[in-house]
Amino acid sequence: MTPMLEIRDLHANVGGKEILRGVSLDVRKGEVHAVMGPNGSGKTTLAYVLAGRPGYEVTRGTVLFEGKDLLAMRPEDRAREGIFMAFQYPVEIPGVSNAYFLKASLNSIRKHRGLPELDAMEFIQLVQDRMKLLALDDSFMRRGLNEGFSGGEKKRNEVFQMAVLEPRLAILDETDSGLDIDALRVVANGVNSMRGPERAMVVVTHYQRLLNYIVPDRVHVLSNGRIAKSGDKELALELEKRGYGWVEGPASVASPAPR
Amino acid sequence: MPSKAAVRELTGQEYRHGFVTDIEEELAPKGLSEDIVRLISHKKGEPSWLLEWRLRAYRNWLTMKEPTWANVTYGPIDYQAIHYYAAPKAMKPLGSLEDIDPEIRAMYAKLGIPLQEQERLAGVAVDAVLDSVSVATTFKDRLAELGIIFSSFSEAVREHPELVRRWLGTVVPFNDNFFAALNSAVFSDGSFAYIPPGVRCPMELSTYFRINAQDTGQFERTLIVADEGAVVSYNEGCTAPVRDTNQLHAAVVELVALDNAEIKYSTIQNWYPGDKQGKGGIYNFVTKRGKCAGVNSRISWTQVETGSAITWKYPSCILQGDNSQGEFYSVAVTNNFQQADTGTKMIHIGRNTRSTIVAKGISAGHGQNTYRGQVKILKGAANARNYSQCDSLLLSSTCGAHTFPDIQVMEPSAQMEHEASTSKIGEDQLFYCQSRGITPEDATSMIVNGFCRKIFLNLPMEFAVEAEKLIGVSLALEGTVG
Repeated sequence: MTPMLEIRDLHANVGGKEILRGVSLDVRKGEVHAVMGPNGSGKTTLAYVLAGRPGYEVTRGTVLFEGKDLLAMRPEDRAREGIFMAFQYPVEIPGVSNAYFLKASLNSIRKHRGLPELDAMEFIQLVQDRMKLLALDDSFMRRGLNEGFSGGEKKRNEVFQMAVLEPRLAILDETDSGLDIDALRVVANGVNSMRGPERAMVVVTHYQRLLNYIVPDRVHVLSNGRIAKSGDKELALELEKRGYGWVEGPASVASPAPR
Repeated sequence: MPSKAAVRELTGQEYRHGFVTDIEEELAPKGLSEDIVRLISHKKGEPSWLLEWRLRAYRNWLTMKEPTWANVTYGPIDYQAIHYYAAPKAMKPLGSLEDIDPEIRAMYAKLGIPLQEQERLAGVAVDAVLDSVSVATTFKDRLAELGIIFSSFSEAVREHPELVRRWLGTVVPFNDNFFAALNSAVFSDGSFAYIPPGVRCPMELSTYFRINAQDTGQFERTLIVADEGAVVSYNEGCTAPVRDTNQLHAAVVELVALDNAEIKYSTIQNWYPGDKQGKGGIYNFVTKRGKCAGVNSRISWTQVETGSAITWKYPSCILQGDNSQGEFYSVAVTNNFQQADTGTKMIHIGRNTRSTIVAKGISAGHGQNTYRGQVKILKGAANARNYSQCDSLLLSSTCGAHTFPDIQVMEPSAQMEHEASTSKIGEDQLFYCQSRGITPEDATSMIVNGFCRKIFLNLPMEFAVEAEKLIGVSLALEGTVG
């Protein structure tokens, strides 16, 4: 089975500095991969490169998403093709309601897929049960996008958007950061409800804690812009015990993800 | 910055109302003199008290200097090169709306303002002012049944001279400022509304101003009086043809709210802004002021300013009655070489008076946007309160936003709040939208509309939709979202 996401020898610069130095990774549908690593190892850069953030310059390597050249696509087209990124720091857009924003997003994706656009009533019906899942009340949809939200509310909103947009591949960037244990449970519950045989996830996290709730199929440790070690969920526990210093060896230990 | 690309890459939409209608017009000779003032007054068959009032204004104007304190620059205006009176020639007293020149009717239809009542959206009465004269007022009979007077200013002078004489110049005196004095001398037409005691006007009153003739100035005058307990909502819209030369528009609007009365005044100002190089466009030098004369009265100004080469305008409130309230909600857009110096004055005189100011400036291209506001709380205005918020959004690196708030508090029990912000559309905001499948163009349009939302909420529904579209056009955003 060809992987849904196929990253080969990916190099990327940010502000002229090389951050990714040859990342290779395969993600198949149905799988949840955790990408761990110390600060500055390139985790967030990898997420941004996949989502297409301007200023993240790919200098070498390829990324195929469902066989298509992902790097050639504009960010909005990647989203329409089914990639979703949950941001570590979601932005605020004052005066634009969550409902308006998410409806615009959903309809742009539906249009791309040849589905009819939803009107306001259809949209509200569609999002009702997802709102319950993330414990969001009715007033939430009328508030400005992330406007004045707490850190926890912003993260819940990211996962709520994911639940509504139903991406093929979800990239979660430090979704656990800044969450207390109750909020973490709600968010993890939302993410877990999205797991399925047709969907893949890449969960970027600094701490093992999140992986108690979202149990990954594969764990990769990013170090110095490369994947220094890959394994199953046990690897995360071992990292927790031994620290990142354990895997931060010379660059040559990088190995491609197992097939 | 990224939004620049988003904004710039779009082919600018052109000004949609820039056509000229071929109507035979009667023009007064160019220039201003006592004779011209007399001519205008004579053309309108005015009573002598009004002519005297005009002449006093004119003589005062001669002694006044054009203000230079505004944060705008323009070449000298030759006041002798302007026609002070232009009227469609075929104008005769209209027996009914059906008598309107078909050319004029077609022009208004093209602007989306049908003058036949059956075509009008229910619930809006329109007075259409073309160059110096009012061409039609709809729904007059229905309003008259309630004792509401809604007519052109000239007609009000003929039919209700006592009302006009009682209130004219009571809020904006003829010598108030240079442009108000000019207007008082040569004003040609405009709208007049009087809502009798206890009457809630059942429909939106609306005036549509159109400049058509070349080298003319438009000097309309609007007077709205809400008697005790009356409530009225009034809207004005304005457009002008595309021309290379600048045209002067110096209007005066006076509002009077007596005890427990409410006036809501909404403006969508879309005069021709000039071309992309800054050639042509209307000089919009306007004095608008409302007096909350009675207790518990309320005056609310909402303006969406997208047009004009230069805007100089400060819709203000004099809060004289105890517990009276003044509001000012504004969006001003300046693109290309447009300049706007706009804001408000809130003068608190009565006790427990309250005022709210929310001003939003959007600048793009080389546009310069200035908020200028004064909040004055006089001694004795016990427990007066003001809330002011002014926010600027910058869409290019060559535009400017400026804020000149002036706060004077002479009353120790007053409470003041002032908030201000300046922002750009961030790369992170655009990328966030893109990561949700939304194009940078749609995202920019969405962010701009979000920025204006608090103002749009105060507009009547139809106007809000129009305002949103207009801002998209002014900024050359082709939003398809929503």
